[in-house]
Amino acid sequence: MAEAPRKLAWCIAEVVETSPDTSRTKSLFLEIPGWEGHRAGQHIDVRLTAEDGYQAQRSYSIASAPEDGRVELLVERLDDGEVSPYLTDELRAGDGLELRGPIGGWFAWEAREGGPLLLVAGGSGIAPLMAMIRHRQAAGNDTPVRLLFSSRSYEGIIFRDELERLATGDETLEIIHTLTRSAPPGWEGYDRRIDEEMLGEVAFSPDERPLTYICGPTPLVETVATDLVGLGHEPARVKTERFGPTGG
Amino acid sequence: MDEHRLDGNAAAGVLAEIFTFEITTARAACAHCGATGEVGAQMAYVSEIGTVVRCSACDNALIRVVRQDDGPQRYWLDLKGVEYLQLRERL
Amino acid sequence: MSGGFISRGFRGRRRRTEGDDRVPPGQYLVEGFPVLSAGPTPHTPLTEWSFAIEGEVDESRTWSWEEFRTLPSEEITRDIHCVTKWSKLETTWEGVSVDALLDGVDTAAEYVVAFADGGYTTNLPLEEVTGGKAWVAHTYEGEPLAPEHGGPARLLVPHLYFWKSAKWVRGLRLVTEDEPGFWESLGYHNQGDPWREQRYWGD
Repeated sequence: MAEAPRKLAWCIAEVVETSPDTSRTKSLFLEIPGWEGHRAGQHIDVRLTAEDGYQAQRSYSIASAPEDGRVELLVERLDDGEVSPYLTDELRAGDGLELRGPIGGWFAWEAREGGPLLLVAGGSGIAPLMAMIRHRQAAGNDTPVRLLFSSRSYEGIIFRDELERLATGDETLEIIHTLTRSAPPGWEGYDRRIDEEMLGEVAFSPDERPLTYICGPTPLVETVATDLVGLGHEPARVKTERFGPTGG
Repeated sequence: MDEHRLDGNAAAGVLAEIFTFEITTARAACAHCGATGEVGAQMAYVSEIGTVVRCSACDNALIRVVRQDDGPQRYWLDLKGVEYLQLRERL
Repeated sequence: MSGGFISRGFRGRRRRTEGDDRVPPGQYLVEGFPVLSAGPTPHTPLTEWSFAIEGEVDESRTWSWEEFRTLPSEEITRDIHCVTKWSKLETTWEGVSVDALLDGVDTAAEYVVAFADGGYTTNLPLEEVTGGKAWVAHTYEGEPLAPEHGGPARLLVPHLYFWKSAKWVRGLRLVTEDEPGFWESLGYHNQGDPWREQRYWGD
């Protein structure tokens, strides 16, 4: 039975809490009036309005699982950004935030879709994939998941502790990090940009027909998608969310 | 690599102002080359001047949208680039 | 619009323009040079590039890149205004005037359609691109025009909203009847004069 069509409308959410993660990222926890839930992978459009009416709008992936009580957005502060510095430096608990969503059913995953699930994230591209991982956890689902996560440094790994906690004791969730700019002493993991060789070692075999979601800056997303298809993965089972040149 | 192109999903916001059905999972047939695929899998060029969704196989403009915010709010929608849109119910 | 909600403490990046006679109504000044894309950035090799004057003319003419670059070039400094409300003052360009490209051309046409790589078009009355009002520009701020800003060459018609300054322009087709272009056929004003705020149909 078809759901009754809903019109996407702007509303004013309340910022309930803001919480820094890495030195450049912050989570915003929101109460959204009339929120009917979302699917892991979807995003929200945020709109800021200045007193003279000037507006700026950006999209942010929902990092929380549909099962979570509050909606969480992960914001990375871009130094020359117009919206992200406001969200990370100025916005505080009690403020209103105009937004609309959830948006974009194509880049979404529900546990009942199965897998195995290959997730590839670059930096803040982890946000929608984190929603999928958290959703899988909340649903008590054991679809095999491999997350290949590219970050500049160990300190800059977003959601690092939570990912480690989720992976510990769950042999069906594997997290593989690669650090592209600096690695801590004794680091034995990958320490370069994702390339075809790394994907060949990390990804599920094409015979297993994984569902793949890639999210992050456009150059990373395009390289990984091309490499995976080159390795034999079906293009129709590889979904991409390009953040654009600056990464969101 | 074109830095300004995004996935079709990026057009979901403005298209959701017009369509009440989920558009990114709609299947589109390109009127130029015949390729079919979900709108989310096509390429989207999104900016304040307008949104253009292009066929990922041949770059033909499948869907074009312009929105006027000031004064009488109006939308202009061009679907000449698709033979059809097959809209899906949610899974 | 937003129904009145104001984001506490948000100012945005642009500079205010009150009292500035050089900024058309509804515009604000911006610091960078925004890129708005309607399609993939073309990368036509210069060895394959050509510019054409065709249509309602006795004889079409075309120039290869080499030939085009031997034509007399002018330095142009103008303010530019985008229909999406940003303006930049004193932008500097170098290019060949459309008057030079049309020199000696006999035509009964009253309109032109500028056509570009990737299929983009825009339409103008012939008198809006003649008389020192338009150029085919190849240099911006002293450097070869970057592909994302329309390089190797774009139309430059600074007295109209900047969507009329077609990026990646490959020629002008002279026509007797006006033919609305890519944006003009989808809501944007046929003339596009920023001083009369002609942004959309009916403005």
